Amino acid sequence: MAKQSIVPFGPQHPVLPEPVHLDLVLEDETVVKAVPSIGFVHRGLEKLVELKDFKQYVYIAERVCGICSFGHGLGYCQCVEDIMGVEAPRRAAYLRTIWMEMSRVHSHLLWLGLLADALGFESLFMQSWRLREKILDMFDLTTGGRIIFSVNCIGGVLKDMDSGMLVQISRTVDEIERELRPVADTFLRDVTVGSRLNGLGVLSAEDAKGMGAVGPMLRASGVPYDSRLTGYAAYGDLSVEPITATAGDSMARCEVRIREIYQSFRLIREAIAKIPQGDIAVPVKGNPNGESFMRIEQPRGEAIYYVKANGTKFLDRFRLRTPTTSNIPPMLDLLRGCQLADVALLILTIDPCISCTER
Amino acid sequence: MAKLAKSPWLLHYDASSCNGCDIEVLDCTTPRFDIERFGIINTGDPFQADILLVTGGVNAQSEAVVKQIYSQMPNPKVVVAVGICACTGGVFKECYNIKGGVDTVIPVDVYVPGCAARPQAIIDGVVKALEILDKKRRDYAQARKSGQADEAEGGNEPWNT
Repeated sequence: MAKQSIVPFGPQHPVLPEPVHLDLVLEDETVVKAVPSIGFVHRGLEKLVELKDFKQYVYIAERVCGICSFGHGLGYCQCVEDIMGVEAPRRAAYLRTIWMEMSRVHSHLLWLGLLADALGFESLFMQSWRLREKILDMFDLTTGGRIIFSVNCIGGVLKDMDSGMLVQISRTVDEIERELRPVADTFLRDVTVGSRLNGLGVLSAEDAKGMGAVGPMLRASGVPYDSRLTGYAAYGDLSVEPITATAGDSMARCEVRIREIYQSFRLIREAIAKIPQGDIAVPVKGNPNGESFMRIEQPRGEAIYYVKANGTKFLDRFRLRTPTTSNIPPMLDLLRGCQLADVALLILTIDPCISCTER
Repeated sequence: MAKLAKSPWLLHYDASSCNGCDIEVLDCTTPRFDIERFGIINTGDPFQADILLVTGGVNAQSEAVVKQIYSQMPNPKVVVAVGICACTGGVFKECYNIKGGVDTVIPVDVYVPGCAARPQAIIDGVVKALEILDKKRRDYAQARKSGQADEAEGGNEPWNT
């Protein structure tokens, strides 16, 4: 047996904007074992439900993570609405869907940029983030915030979009779709990108299911599962089809995310065409009493929300299972046997969100 | 800002941020905002950095890392707290695992508020940090001349032990 050595990876590492620490046990250049240690971003915000009332807590829930912020607010609000027997108006459901899909586009473009950066392909990183700015402009236009915009409330949404904004959104979507094509082609066809991603970290469908992978990670292994099919918000009225690939390698995960961006464009257009007139929120009176589960499809995969209320304005418990938590076991499995140079890429292909995971 | 004495390099660390400010810091380097026009590069290496951008409040585990990164940076150095969590703890101030703002652990020179801090605000904070960096560099050179370099390097300060 060759001599083993341990290389620490993180918590401060140039590839990752977030702190995660791994102890990589190496034999020469090959990783034998990866031992993760987490807790660098743990804040303990689930316990804040005891200090903030259930309406204030929407803002805390949106700050679980700055990238999928809208989705966390949505999941929490839907849980409380479910307990209280309140149903958000249809227009609010459509607005939520539009914002949710815009969040997905922004998150996937951000991920593509980070992947290009990890490959050392600077211009591709800049191009992806340049396109992402256009989506952030649309958030700015419709809500006044770029990243964390707090438009969810219990019983609906706080801000409406007028017809001018809707036209502008569909125009921007057309523009990004046109400009994304050469960028996406580079990711999928370029020899340099292909030489790093093709065949790297293959996850079979059985392993993906067995280890509980979710989101693009699961779909890239050929399992057609997407929690948008449960039809929350306005997804029941729209034509959602899980996007899958069969190879299960890093390139497949990249391809699934790129095709999901195009799918989101289609869903945004469909929602804008079908959005009904009406109120954007219903008044909510009294305090919640009971418990509820809710699952929604975040850009990184399925997130599960649990709320337990006791009839006062303070909740008993808020629990969140994030997509990255379920994707860490398959990631550790992929790291075993890979080369040291590929570690950063493999960590990135699960699209880790450490602040969601550790809360 | 008339001219820059040198091209300062940035180091970014996420102490316990929600990611919002982190991606805005990264956003500053991309084509729309482009802080590279000031000669600023986002580096990953504390040993080569002049300006430390910290996002998020400090928690039990990231405290040691923040201190270590700060002590690894060469003098003179400037710290910018980005976002309201890094300034005071923000919405997470009452969380059991949050110590408070970054200034509870290391000295902070510039505070950039906002949740999440906008790129324009971060750039403004960095430009302010450049002026402070210039001043610190002059003081440092002065101290070396008069033979008090040890004090200027902060040898006796608690974060350097």
